[in-house]
Amino acid sequence: MNKAIEIEHLYKAFGDRKVLIDANLDVYESENMVVLGRSGTGKSVLIKIIAGLLPADKGNVKVLGQEVTELDKKAMNELRLKIGFSFQNSALYDSMTVRENLEFPLVRNVRNMSRGEINKAVNKVLDSVGLLKSIDQMPAELSGGQKKRIGIARTLIMNPKIMLYDEPTAGLDPITCMEINQLINEVKENYKTSSIIITHDLTCAKETGDRVAVLFDGNFKFQGTFDEVFTNPDPRIKNFYDYNFIENQKK
Amino acid sequence: MHENMSSHTKKNLFSEKIDDWLIGFKDGADFLLLFFKETLSGNFEFKEFVNQCYRIGNSSLLLISLTGFVTGFVFTKQSRPSLESFGATSWLPSLVTIAIIRALAPLVTSLICAGKVGSSIGAELGSMKVTEQVDAMEVSAVNPIKFLVVTRVLATTITIPILSFYCGLMAMTGVFLNVTTNEDTSFPAFLEQAFNSIVYLDLWTAVIKSVAYGFTIGIVGCYKGYNATNGTLGVGKAANASVVMSMFLIFIEEVFIVQVTNWFR
Ligand SMILES: Nc1ncnc2c1ncn2[C@@H]1O[C@H](COP(=O)(O)OP(=O)(O)O)[C@@H](O)[C@H]1O
Ligand SMILES: [Mg+2]
Repeated sequence: MNKAIEIEHLYKAFGDRKVLIDANLDVYESENMVVLGRSGTGKSVLIKIIAGLLPADKGNVKVLGQEVTELDKKAMNELRLKIGFSFQNSALYDSMTVRENLEFPLVRNVRNMSRGEINKAVNKVLDSVGLLKSIDQMPAELSGGQKKRIGIARTLIMNPKIMLYDEPTAGLDPITCMEINQLINEVKENYKTSSIIITHDLTCAKETGDRVAVLFDGNFKFQGTFDEVFTNPDPRIKNFYDYNFIENQKK
Repeated sequence: MHENMSSHTKKNLFSEKIDDWLIGFKDGADFLLLFFKETLSGNFEFKEFVNQCYRIGNSSLLLISLTGFVTGFVFTKQSRPSLESFGATSWLPSLVTIAIIRALAPLVTSLICAGKVGSSIGAELGSMKVTEQVDAMEVSAVNPIKFLVVTRVLATTITIPILSFYCGLMAMTGVFLNVTTNEDTSFPAFLEQAFNSIVYLDLWTAVIKSVAYGFTIGIVGCYKGYNATNGTLGVGKAANASVVMSMFLIFIEEVFIVQVTNWFR
């Protein structure tokens, strides 16, 4: 199987704070790779490097066969059109309606679209996240789960090959979490995407992940299917599992 | 001993304060260059530019009308006694008009706009930055400098001179009302008196000043907002810093421009 994302010997530090230390991770085509880890371990930094939002210090990051660390601005932007990024707090443009949010990347990257074609594309992605009725609302009027969906729709409108989800279920109630998990799986089916899903929610990991990787001390020592990883006797894995389990019981 | 340690671990070019200041200066210069590069490189976001112009005018028009009018009216009233003692009240319109066109209209307008417009640009861009909306633009291959910064800076640069002109008009209205009630001056006679000592250099200086101030307010607001960090706290700081820094720069520019134009008189 082909690799959609290939990360080798990646290093990243902010001043004295070493965040990623010799991190290695592969994501295959049409695969959902879940990245687990406690907060502050560098999960967001990882996907920001993949999307070219942060520079790597050392190492290789290949996305769809292209070395991200070597791309110039123009080539990076072309690659970005194939990458969808769902932000932790959705990052909807709050001065624009849902429709304008969705049109924003489309009209600026695909020139000469007719009004009709734009509307059709907007309706299609809104329908696929189940929020056609919200088309004329402002982001402030939406619930957390709805914002997440619109954020995902805004990336789907460009037909991405790769999806990067930053904590898609954080701060949502269990039922909404379940719906978002479903949506992530539907996106994979319908848009044939390869994804990295960052989370510390084990239910989300189990539901959406073909494989999971756990970020400890700057790298991914533990990788494999959910069951493979969480039957590992390493105390850190056990701690992580127990902690999450207790958190879930509380909910 | 302790002193020694810290100077070993942290290498400064000068002192830490001066270094920070120099770094800030360089960042600002880089931002300025980036602005010019993106302004000149096509794909202008015209609709967003018009939006911003409208927003600036709309948010400050009322305040500028009021301040302009009051400035003209009160300035005339306060200047009268000292001219009266020479029996020279007929100089009043010309004196006050010079003050308004050379100094007050551009300065009053830009200080109001630094407060109203500069802070709102700083806060808006700051909040877009800390909520990752700027990143979201970037990953969708849209250049945030082009969409957010170029439009806003050009909007302030063009709108604030227009507002200054309008502020001047309102101030002159105030002057006329005061003069006509006190000295019974007719409107044509007032215009004659008011503008007989104004030369083209005065008008050009006023235009150049307000363009410079408008640009300053836009670029400082964008720079502070664009570099906001630390969540909601950073947004407030960006808004506040935009006002303080643009006012500071406006005063420096005022002194500088007055010096330079005086060489031409
Ligand atoms: N732009 C940045 N500048 C400085 N430090 C950063 C930056 N982004 C992230 N960090 C630091 O890197 C570490 C990892 O952050 P992050 O990837 O956001 O964690 P998480 O795993 O919770 O997503 C944190 O300690 C954070 O403070
Ligand atoms: Mg994170």
